[in-house]
Amino acid sequence: MYKATVNVTLRKSILDPKGKAAHHALQNLGLNEIENVRIGKLIKLDIDAESPERAKKIAEDACNQLLANEVMEDFTVTIDEQ
Amino acid sequence: MSVKTFGVLVFPGSNCDHDAYHAMAHVMNAETKFIWHKDTDLSDVDFLIVPGGFSYGDYLRSGAIARFSPVMQEVTQFAMQGKPVLGICNGFQILLEAGLLPGAMLHNKQLRYVCKQVYLRCETTNSLFTSNLSAGQVLQIPVAHGEGNYFTDPDRLKELQDNDQIVFRYCNAAGELTEEANFNGSVDNIAGICNKQRNVLGMMPHPERAMEKALGSDDGKLIFESILNQFATA
Repeated sequence: MYKATVNVTLRKSILDPKGKAAHHALQNLGLNEIENVRIGKLIKLDIDAESPERAKKIAEDACNQLLANEVMEDFTVTIDEQ
Repeated sequence: MSVKTFGVLVFPGSNCDHDAYHAMAHVMNAETKFIWHKDTDLSDVDFLIVPGGFSYGDYLRSGAIARFSPVMQEVTQFAMQGKPVLGICNGFQILLEAGLLPGAMLHNKQLRYVCKQVYLRCETTNSLFTSNLSAGQVLQIPVAHGEGNYFTDPDRLKELQDNDQIVFRYCNAAGELTEEANFNGSVDNIAGICNKQRNVLGMMPHPERAMEKALGSDDGKLIFESILNQFATA
């Protein structure tokens, strides 16, 4: 069994209004060192596969088909053994 | 001429399905039926409406889960055969997720859900949805969405422009495409687009809520009259 951690973020070229709103609030808190905020999604998958390579392939298929929308989002997948 | 039947899809979380049914069955006096998302027989339907709402609670992304409902495979077939499909609001989002229309929806630029009357400019009469309108005609139709900020990359946008696929743009009452009128931040003021084959239209504003003067506007009827007119002459 493997644990896949999927990070889905808006593409760099796309304005992230949620991130911008959070950044604005952080500035109001006086955390002015924070120069940029991007908000995405963290998705965890438990995958029953025979190898980490196979688990990664399955997770990437899941991203391509459902978990991320390639028009506006990028994703990364990391695999850990359970 | 055989009677044409309109089908209104119903997903868990659809909430404009009855508005669409009312618009077609009671205002336009058209033969209309609901189609549950688990049904897969569209053989007795000539026109499909994918209504607004919050299918599957908008989980993951608007329209992302509805796209995998059993009926959607049939909807894709239906569209591929050149039969007409109209996606309104969440219906537009579902058609984008299903790949029947290009692009995606981001959150509105001001992060707020916006529910108000807006003005749309009809940009092309070359579709069965707008054949009764004139190019540049301004319609008043309400919007109600939080994720209607239409996005597509510059290459795809150019394709939409070159192929005359932009059907409606947000404008002011005078028909001018201003930044202010583009309240949700959509690229190129886009409010509605069609596919290359011109049989699938997606739009964020709700024509089915603009069917009776008593409710603020009946400009939505112009779209449905275009459709019925096309059917009558087909």
